[in-house]
Amino acid sequence: MINNVCIPVGPVHPALKEPIKFKFDVEGEKIVGVDVDMGYNHRGIERAGMERNFVQGLYLAERVCGICSFSHPFAYCRAVENAANIEVPERANYIRSIIAELERVHSHLLWAGVAAHEIGFDSVLFLVWKNREKVLDILEEITGNRINYAMLMIGGVRRDIPDEQRAKLHKVVDYYAETLSAVEEVFMNDKTIQLRTRNVGVLTKEEALALEAVGPTARASGVKKDIRFDQPYAAYTDADVKPVVPEKAVGDVFDRIWVRLEEVKQSLGLITQFVDEMPSGELVSEKSVIKLLADLSRVEGEGIGRHEAPRGEVTHYVLLKSQQTPFTWKMRAPTYNNVMPWYPMFRDTELADAPIIAASIDPCIACADRVTVVTGAHTSELTNIELHKKSLEKTRRLQNG
Amino acid sequence: MEALKKSLWVFHINTGGCNGCDIEIIAALTPRYDTERFGIKLVGSPRHADVLLVTGPVTRKMKSKLLRVYKQTPDPKVVMVVGNCGSTKGVFHHHYHVVGPVDKIIPVDVYVPGCPPRPEAIIYGVAKAWEKLEGEA
Repeated sequence: MINNVCIPVGPVHPALKEPIKFKFDVEGEKIVGVDVDMGYNHRGIERAGMERNFVQGLYLAERVCGICSFSHPFAYCRAVENAANIEVPERANYIRSIIAELERVHSHLLWAGVAAHEIGFDSVLFLVWKNREKVLDILEEITGNRINYAMLMIGGVRRDIPDEQRAKLHKVVDYYAETLSAVEEVFMNDKTIQLRTRNVGVLTKEEALALEAVGPTARASGVKKDIRFDQPYAAYTDADVKPVVPEKAVGDVFDRIWVRLEEVKQSLGLITQFVDEMPSGELVSEKSVIKLLADLSRVEGEGIGRHEAPRGEVTHYVLLKSQQTPFTWKMRAPTYNNVMPWYPMFRDTELADAPIIAASIDPCIACADRVTVVTGAHTSELTNIELHKKSLEKTRRLQNG
Repeated sequence: MEALKKSLWVFHINTGGCNGCDIEIIAALTPRYDTERFGIKLVGSPRHADVLLVTGPVTRKMKSKLLRVYKQTPDPKVVMVVGNCGSTKGVFHHHYHVVGPVDKIIPVDVYVPGCPPRPEAIIYGVAKAWEKLEGEA
């Protein structure tokens, strides 16, 4: 009997831009096992966040991931606000939700392009990314940046959306109402995409529930899971957000494409609603940053912040102990949950389908690479110095004994 | 820019960045900025590349990989760093798992600061890299 061949892919590889290593066990062309080696992107953000004050922490949270650069600080803000019982002004809530939905549009379009690229359909990549520039333009106009928006402040937002920008937001929504149909036409009807995505990388509903998949990955398998629906917050309390779930969910790559395209439409509807209904009022609960930091440094307690990022639920937890900095900061990004569902998806598929399956959960390795300290298990870490000390002690013990 | 003597092929390596620069690099290739009209394109292997484009602050685990990719890129080559964290570590200074910036590990020719830099800035950086390559030739 011939042993299985192990094909290592990564950490530097052309398919995914981020460093991650896959080890595929293959039998001929069939994948029989997969192992994922992560941690190449671990930068120690949580640890550094515990050494910086709350406003500096916002900058760090923003740079966890460049694609969900609103979701992470949003969840972080909500966690700190939860701990300190800060009431966010209603207008700020609406602005937050508008930016969050704009980010979802840009992220899902980005993903649609990448997915098309993975199956070798580059003209669709260019079509989608051309359309995507429009939402980046409006984000730049509102926030001042294309990618890292720096829009959030603990207790509110930094910038307002004045009336002339509201008109522009409506124009952007109209632009997508026109151009999205072309993108949808390609994805829903093109033969190449049908052949490459139907019944590929199937994740059944039971597996999705057992492995705690989140976001579009879970919804494409028929799991009705959406924080905006389950526990509405910010402006979503006033909106009727229904989780986008396909009628006959197969849980294949095609369903994931469908869910994301439908969510873009849903987001455009939400943006229109929020822009129309935006109330007037304050932007932040506390205008003086110095006073805000002083207030926060007297807070004791823990807080949790959840937000439905484009890729799924992102959760931030903070523990405050009357310090200038958070005592503990822990984040859980959606990709972290969606790594395990990779295993059933990859099983018994062709090696050629690996790139599109890997991309189908919209992985964001920068988000997911967090370190976990396990207490109680039989592992411990020693630094160089500690190890050297142990060695010295042994020498002494032997000499004495 | 006068007629290019050669098309620049770029290999992109992410050494632990946040994706922000990476998506701007791809945005520079797509229709609005369209660098492919100058023959600038991303390639799948460092062995085909003229320019090594590095993003990210270099994490401990990626350091050896970055060195290996640098050695695999044939001479003459230009190393270009995109983003603040690759140029100076930026917001990731003092992080325990970050060993960058990039110029501590491999020699760097062109820096494109910004968090993330706009696609125009990245294209300008590639043009600078081209000047350097043509100057050497």
